[in-house]
Amino acid sequence: MITILGVPMQALFGQLLLGLINGSFYAILSLGLAIIFGLLNIINFTHGAQYMMGAFVAWMLLNYAGLGYWWALILAPIIVGLFGVILERLLIARLYKLDHLYGLLLTFGLALIIQGLFRNEYGVSGLPYAIPSELSGGQRLPFMFLPNYRGWVVVASLVVCIATWLVIEKTKLGAYLRAATENPTLVQAFGVNVPLLLTLTYGFGVALAAFAGVLAAPVYSVNPNMGADIIIVVFAVVVIGGMGSILGSIVTGFTLGLIEGLTKVFYPEASSTVIFVIMVLVLLVKPAGLFGRTA
Amino acid sequence: MAHSAAAADAAPIATTGLPESRDARALHRRVFIGIAVMLVVLPFVLYPVFLMKVLCFALFALAFNLLLGYGGLLSFGHAAYFGMASYLCAYAAKTWGVTPEIAVVIGTVTAALLGLVFGALAIRRQGIYFSMITLALAQMVFFFSLQAKFTGGEDGIQAVPRGHLFGVISLADDRVLYVLVAVIFFAGLALIYRIIHSPFGQVLKAIRDNEPRAISLGYRANQYKLAVFVLSATLAGLAGSTKAIVFQLASLTDVHWSMSGEVVLMTLVGGMGTVFGPILGAFVIIAMENYLAQFGAWVTIIQGVVFVVCVLLFREGIVGLFARLLKKPL
Repeated sequence: MITILGVPMQALFGQLLLGLINGSFYAILSLGLAIIFGLLNIINFTHGAQYMMGAFVAWMLLNYAGLGYWWALILAPIIVGLFGVILERLLIARLYKLDHLYGLLLTFGLALIIQGLFRNEYGVSGLPYAIPSELSGGQRLPFMFLPNYRGWVVVASLVVCIATWLVIEKTKLGAYLRAATENPTLVQAFGVNVPLLLTLTYGFGVALAAFAGVLAAPVYSVNPNMGADIIIVVFAVVVIGGMGSILGSIVTGFTLGLIEGLTKVFYPEASSTVIFVIMVLVLLVKPAGLFGRTA
Repeated sequence: MAHSAAAADAAPIATTGLPESRDARALHRRVFIGIAVMLVVLPFVLYPVFLMKVLCFALFALAFNLLLGYGGLLSFGHAAYFGMASYLCAYAAKTWGVTPEIAVVIGTVTAALLGLVFGALAIRRQGIYFSMITLALAQMVFFFSLQAKFTGGEDGIQAVPRGHLFGVISLADDRVLYVLVAVIFFAGLALIYRIIHSPFGQVLKAIRDNEPRAISLGYRANQYKLAVFVLSATLAGLAGSTKAIVFQLASLTDVHWSMSGEVVLMTLVGGMGTVFGPILGAFVIIAMENYLAQFGAWVTIIQGVVFVVCVLLFREGIVGLFARLLKKPL
């Protein structure tokens, strides 16, 4: 067997792939957080819970409605996104005139409620969700065995991230969004329905989180705590990358996932803290974040 | 981001903005006397261990509120200082066999050093980023505690000896220990009150309300922020160390993010930016947890509901409401 620095190549690439998958989730989640923060000026602490809801809705669709993975991939983000729209209209919209620490506290409370309800109903041991039959099996590459599903997760995430970037940078809707991020009052004066734009943006950010949740369901089991664990890492990713740039969020997410995967191979003890350590280093060297604009 | 800049200029929390008159000082003196009387009377009415728990968490919340209410900095990782102090205190008392007051000092100093390092990192960013950084750093401490040998991993450090205060007075009796905890709490409260009403505290409030203006007046805002961060972490450590002696236990619960959330909740319920609010908030939340313990996971859900209700409808908190009705800062 070929080894690199004393590590079997299969194990190395296997972990790198897993790192890339985690990186996809970091990228999608931090992208959603950045879009929501840019326009709503709120850090969505519920983001992790909404990612978890995406996975659970996929599981429910399968077990209660008999709808498989591909339906879930479309329906779960829509359902969870609508839930987000309701939250925004009923609760979050009341806080826009206040300091953003209240938004953080409100969404933190919502995350506690949602996670608590799912824990009560489904326990914490996790529910299995099978890989769709079309994507079972894998490819034997010269240097590793690539499970089809894992490859699909990385490709699908990249496509969604790039599509989001294109929508925001190249379409008229995206132009409204960017304008409203810069100056909502002026955009409203031009006749754009800014409150509606805010609601849709929140719903879209939440739908992105749910999409990541559906992708994650077959890789990790469906667990009420899956969102709480990942959201804090995503916060660190956001601090590292800065929320000023969409492409920045995507690149930072994937890169940090890869670094985490590499750490798992060479120094597993540090794998859970490596992203936080990188955050500390970035704060020391470039406090505004790698892609951040100084406020 | 014009609107975000505008939001950053406004005072982060709904302070009463009431002047500190001589009248208010007299009222505060009466509140202090009232608290002292309660500390003496309550152990005859309520279970002392419950009271000690409330006092530890009240001190923790007071320390947190010093940073949030008067420094305007929302730390979402205060469990790190509370929990690490608790671990070090428990370890010193159990493994090194030092007397409880030395163990508490060791724990508190640990929290102060941790606060110095984390504070220096976190104040490099402002607003929402500050909260995310403190949360991420605390999560790093959590993983460290999970993996490090001395913390006992999932088991924590159990059966910590209460020992003899100054090597003389046995703390095995709950009533004796209660006196010590009450003294620590009262001293902590008095210190925090002193800090808030000192010239240092006035500058802090100026920075909280308008940082650019405070800087233009010649104050080194970052040094003040770091100082209040360290003070807050130190007092949180004092609370955590005391808690380790009282419950003879230091565990992962103390460093978990949910502990950071809990102290935010206590402060929010009692009244952010009020001197005495966190005490009442801690009492309400601990009493609620004790009462609801039988319902298991519902505690988290109810905490979440309290968060949502307080943020939407009751941002001034219980003591903030009293302060508004009395037209005097509390």
